[in-house]
Amino acid sequence: MITHPKPEELAEAVARWIEQIRPELAPRNAFLARVAINALAAVGRELAQGEAAKAAAVDRISGLLGHGGTYEGLTWELCEALRSGTLDAQTPGLLAALRANVLDQLAIDQPSYRHEGNI
Amino acid sequence: MALDVPAALSRLAIRLAGEGARVEGAQRLTGGASMETWAFDICAPKGRQALILRRRAGAFDPDNSRSTSLAAEAALIRAVGARGAPAPVLVHLCEEADGLGEAHVTRRVGGETLGRKIVGDPRFDAVRPRLARQCGEILAQIHATPPPPEARLKTADAAVELDRYEEAYRASGAERPVLELAFRHLRTHAPEPRAAVLLHGDFRNGNLMIDPQAGVAAVLDWELSHLGDPAEDLGWICVNSWRFGRPDRPVGGFGGYNELLAGYRDAGGEAIPLSRVRYWQALGSLKWGVMCLMMYASWATGAEASVERPMIGRRVSETEIDLLNLLEAGL
Repeated sequence: MITHPKPEELAEAVARWIEQIRPELAPRNAFLARVAINALAAVGRELAQGEAAKAAAVDRISGLLGHGGTYEGLTWELCEALRSGTLDAQTPGLLAALRANVLDQLAIDQPSYRHEGNI
Repeated sequence: MALDVPAALSRLAIRLAGEGARVEGAQRLTGGASMETWAFDICAPKGRQALILRRRAGAFDPDNSRSTSLAAEAALIRAVGARGAPAPVLVHLCEEADGLGEAHVTRRVGGETLGRKIVGDPRFDAVRPRLARQCGEILAQIHATPPPPEARLKTADAAVELDRYEEAYRASGAERPVLELAFRHLRTHAPEPRAAVLLHGDFRNGNLMIDPQAGVAAVLDWELSHLGDPAEDLGWICVNSWRFGRPDRPVGGFGGYNELLAGYRDAGGEAIPLSRVRYWQALGSLKWGVMCLMMYASWATGAEASVERPMIGRRVSETEIDLLNLLEAGL
């Protein structure tokens, strides 16, 4: 990947430009411009954090399933095990692993989201 | 061609208020794809009325839609209003001759519907501690209302809701371990079925018109009304996604479970255990998670073009952390 500019810098530049023109927009478009800025911020966070989050998720799901694999393959297998009930909320380590994966995803999607676990 | 709503309202004003009546300030409030809401005033020799028009812009398929017709919504707000629940007062159910399509007109109620303001704005500091109890009282009134037969409402218990949303989730093609876990867990832990009552179906912070002095002035948006478990309505307003940054105040971000349940009982509702409310709160988070996937899908398939839709798809992870918090607490 080239670094001059990095892709997250391109996303940031577009977001800053939208912020500049936002005051000129009618209310509905000003709202959608805010959404667009948030979307670009999520893209920036995913570019910065996504790879590490994915690698950590692979480690955690591998631990639950007892073998390694790709993120997509492991996720599919975990979904099947949860759907069939082979793994459930009583399975040692399951909720903790899912929580860690979801918190990594939330840090990309909506880092300011407040929930019962961070009161 | 899109209907000229302000022109049709001008003709309606004469039908409702007589010759010389005219419309002022007609303004579209929401940009929903299927339902339009307009605010307008009728100025007539005998006085001025502040009104709301709700009309369906697209086609309506009563067999496949989750929503009720606007005629059913009109019957509902009349029925619950007669029991004392604060619903908008129906002024007119539109007919063919009105040229507005499927629509109704209600009196406009003043106040605030934006959840974030209700939760955080100092204007609501005084009334906020009373809101959860009021919500309990209002839900008891709604649930005690005999369902109007002409509304032809559908019945849905937890199993029906889980079936409907699991089908939508499978169709989305997404693979989300927490949603899989929640579907299975909520199926195996469903509460004992009970006699169905009239539900609002979308009773949450955002659909409540709040007055800074009086509190809940009107309960809006009855289109998801159906018959079911009373704890469904009580649980839905506790879903963390509508607490607007105040997870410490479980009821709409403004109050506590105890106030909600006490208000419900004191207004004649049955005693509902908190565990049943938390079960439906979890089912509510799961439903909202699937709805977020469906909103993304509506963009991905090209049915909707707004930038809002794909971004809502990134809200699934908020419902996943909420579900995990509930599962770790044993619901």
